[in-house]
Amino acid sequence: MQRIINEPSLVVEDMLKGFERCHKDIIHIDDDNPRVVISNFAKDKKKVGIVTGGGSGHKPAFVGYCGKGMVDAVAVGEIFSSPTAKSFYDCIRAVDQGMGVACLYGNYAGDNMNVKMAMELAEDDDIQVKVVVANDDVASAPKEDIKKRRGVAGEVLMWKVGGAKAEQGATLDEVIRATQKAIDNTRSVGVGLGPCTIPANGKPNFAIAEGTMEFGIGHHGEPGIRIEKLASATEIAKEMVSLVVEDLPFTNGDEVVALVSGLGATPVMEQYIFFDEVAKNLDSLGISVYKSYVGNYFTSLEMNGVTLTLMKVDDELKECMDAEVETMGLTQLRRT
Amino acid sequence: MEYVVNEKNAKITLQIIEAIHTNAAYLSEIDGATGDGDHGVNMDKGFMMAKERIQLSMNFSESLKVLGRTLVMDIGGSMGPIYGTMFSRLSRRFKKEERITKEVMVEALNSSIDGLMELAGAKIGDKTLLDTLYPATDAFTQAMNQQKSFKDCLIALSKGAEDGKESTKDMVAKIGRAARLGERSRGFLDAGATSCCIILQTMTSAMIEELDSE
Repeated sequence: MQRIINEPSLVVEDMLKGFERCHKDIIHIDDDNPRVVISNFAKDKKKVGIVTGGGSGHKPAFVGYCGKGMVDAVAVGEIFSSPTAKSFYDCIRAVDQGMGVACLYGNYAGDNMNVKMAMELAEDDDIQVKVVVANDDVASAPKEDIKKRRGVAGEVLMWKVGGAKAEQGATLDEVIRATQKAIDNTRSVGVGLGPCTIPANGKPNFAIAEGTMEFGIGHHGEPGIRIEKLASATEIAKEMVSLVVEDLPFTNGDEVVALVSGLGATPVMEQYIFFDEVAKNLDSLGISVYKSYVGNYFTSLEMNGVTLTLMKVDDELKECMDAEVETMGLTQLRRT
Repeated sequence: MEYVVNEKNAKITLQIIEAIHTNAAYLSEIDGATGDGDHGVNMDKGFMMAKERIQLSMNFSESLKVLGRTLVMDIGGSMGPIYGTMFSRLSRRFKKEERITKEVMVEALNSSIDGLMELAGAKIGDKTLLDTLYPATDAFTQAMNQQKSFKDCLIALSKGAEDGKESTKDMVAKIGRAARLGERSRGFLDAGATSCCIILQTMTSAMIEELDSE
């Protein structure tokens, strides 16, 4: 294991210190709970609070999307392990301004339980909390079990929509409705070319043989649908686009937001090569790309591979995606 | 009638903590086969943190509450809420009693099962710690129905926990991270079922030591 770290069991603590120093213009760490990151803009105006949280190791997710126009507070867990109920609760308390809090997170057993317990604690304080649970990973369960699917890079688009809606001054119910619509229209799939290592474990969590790829791999190395011979960008893109497109399904005439995210070790150059192939496939299907993102938006430590996410957009979702945002992971100016 | 005194009996909880600490590496190793390999490390971190907050002079129920609260508030992951709920439910039922009898014990165990099923949505046979807790409770209940002594009921609980834990070896995980392995999870013990067995067996032997009767 070749790593630039100190104590392997303290990587999350050490990372957060650096993150706060670097991005002090956007976020700060809560005084009482070192596992709670709060946007400096969270209370600039009265609005619904947006909270998320999850295990660490996915930079820029989750803390990288904390800031203006996106997420107001993030609960930080150990590597690949859910934050505590207390951290979710502290986030909720920190950003509630009387309009309620939308907790937007990914479908994982630990997160589900800790959010549930945090909501009970918040209920005692009369804070209204509602959730949207991302389940965009097509490969993680068949369509008839759609509620069992995991959340992956589609969460970035979910936070963008939820954050923008809250910024517009929408009520909690409106924020939840728009965000649920966003994730219901979002589908993702991943491909893994090489494994990742949790620093405290010191060895890879799983193996991917040289010359092969795991199609449908999850964000923590959860096994994919099948192991295939490593193919060209053209072939990988074709296979991924067709799985995602057929699932929703996306059809001729649809407009989409496309997000290609590296999983940590794939050079951004290769992500652009892959994206071009994705766009060509979409062109030939008559699906037009309204907006697109390529880069390391949601990683899995140093896993080699990419995820492809498509979100079908209507006027409301377009407006939310175009809204101004200032976070470490995503910054854009309003397009007029 | 046999009973365990609630007052100033935190040593039962401290023995449970010690047992998890001793078995931490073993639990991580079991978890490594189908999961992240961090079960023992995380459990140990939480249980040792709770140890600092428990005084010998606490009631048994109070010490269980501190342990449960620590796991929920400071550990997270899946095990924090799961074991936090289990210990909190036991604590809540014991709290009202000066003496914990077998009748109180069976209600506390059933309340834990209800809490876990509600929280995690797990069912019997999903290859989780419920597959230890449920058969253990069932064995306790059956012993009770046969008018056995509290001590013999506790021995039955311990045996039921062991059998339950072993039964997870042949199960395919339906919930949690190992569920993603599907058939590949067969042939391995479930890490949660194993730690639950250690907890129940340590608790029963410690309770047997503390049995009084009149």
